[in-house]
Amino acid sequence: MAAKMNNSNQFIPSVCFARNIWSGILLGIGFIAFVDEAVFHQILHWHHFYDKSTTDIGLVSDGIFHAFSWFATIGSLFMFADLRRRNALHLVLWGGGVFLGAGAFQLYDGIVQHKMMRIHQIRYNVNILPYDLIWNIAAAVMIFIGMIFIFQAKQRVTKNREKPIK
Amino acid sequence: MNHHHILHNIDAFIQFCWALSFGLLWLLYLFAAMSARIRHKKWPFFRIVFWTLGMISAVLAITGPLAKQAHLDFKAHMIVHLLLGMLAPLFMVLAAPMTLLFRTLNVKTARKLSVVLRSKYVRIVSHPIAASFLNIGGLWVLYTTDLYAEMHANIFLHLFVHIHVFLAGYVFTASFLSIDPTPHRFGFIFRAIVFVLAAAGHSILSKYIYAHPPSGVSEEQAQLGGMLMYYGGDAVDIVMIIILCYQWYKASWPRSLSVLPKIH
Repeated sequence: MAAKMNNSNQFIPSVCFARNIWSGILLGIGFIAFVDEAVFHQILHWHHFYDKSTTDIGLVSDGIFHAFSWFATIGSLFMFADLRRRNALHLVLWGGGVFLGAGAFQLYDGIVQHKMMRIHQIRYNVNILPYDLIWNIAAAVMIFIGMIFIFQAKQRVTKNREKPIK
Repeated sequence: MNHHHILHNIDAFIQFCWALSFGLLWLLYLFAAMSARIRHKKWPFFRIVFWTLGMISAVLAITGPLAKQAHLDFKAHMIVHLLLGMLAPLFMVLAAPMTLLFRTLNVKTARKLSVVLRSKYVRIVSHPIAASFLNIGGLWVLYTTDLYAEMHANIFLHLFVHIHVFLAGYVFTASFLSIDPTPHRFGFIFRAIVFVLAAAGHSILSKYIYAHPPSGVSEEQAQLGGMLMYYGGDAVDIVMIIILCYQWYKASWPRSLSVLPKIH
């Protein structure tokens, strides 16, 4: 039994496969929301707590994502602990989820929340275009890295799955 | 002037009754904990500490210098609401008073109590969605209508609002954490979704207050109060989320850990 547990040719149960990605995605969302709050709101004071141009839907979206990001951060860490105790943690897959979640939320924040719902801008009294470009390109890069990680991990896992278990 | 004097006396009397009730609740809990210790096993000490902290938060909110300040200062008012509507209920729920009560009562009375707890009224009020509307919905009514200004003009309305904030806060916390036995415990995903929406309702309201001061509150005070509500709410929410997720973590313990294979 112990020998079997250490056999690297074994597969992830499909539930745990999805849970690895989801735990990563949720932590990615929570982490990037935390960076947004800590760095851009509290330290740099670039973002404003409230911008008068905020639409009603922007206020609602901001509130829901704010509450959700706390839940996502804490919940994803408990999922991480759960994967570890099941011996089903796959770090590449999980890390891919983190990049994907962080990038997706950053892109939503940068395009929908900042530009369409106008909850606040990245910085005030400057030419905003370069800031917006860097913000959203960084988001796209994170999504891309996340996809590569997940794709790689998936290939490896499926290859192992095809091998017969001795 | 005489009228003012009488009002002042009523206010002092209400504060006295409030402190007295919580003092009695504290003694009752201690008494029950001791009696449970004699009849069953030892009641955990940390629960007694939680109950004590709950009582202190509730009394600090309504009596003494903070209560006086809250009539004039919106920021102090917000601290009162955080203590009364969030912190005191959280501590009290963590003290599991119903579990203790069931251990102390004799079988006949305990049965009667459980009939009450299973009644339709309690079931409806303690449903996570209903509890969220009572708690967060109540706050929306308070800060977006004239109720806030009227509350400060009428001493009894003031008392009623505070009792509501406290009770709604308790029912809300209890309905999500269900540390005490409940007739129906809702699934984790359901509770998680409703909790996120309720917490969102709270943070949306605090930003709304920031931009639209309640009647009789200056712009500067509303901004400080709104931010206090936003970040103070977060702090208590985080504790509740950790407890909720820990309950999930414990409940989803795989029965046959050894059967699950290692990956890579």
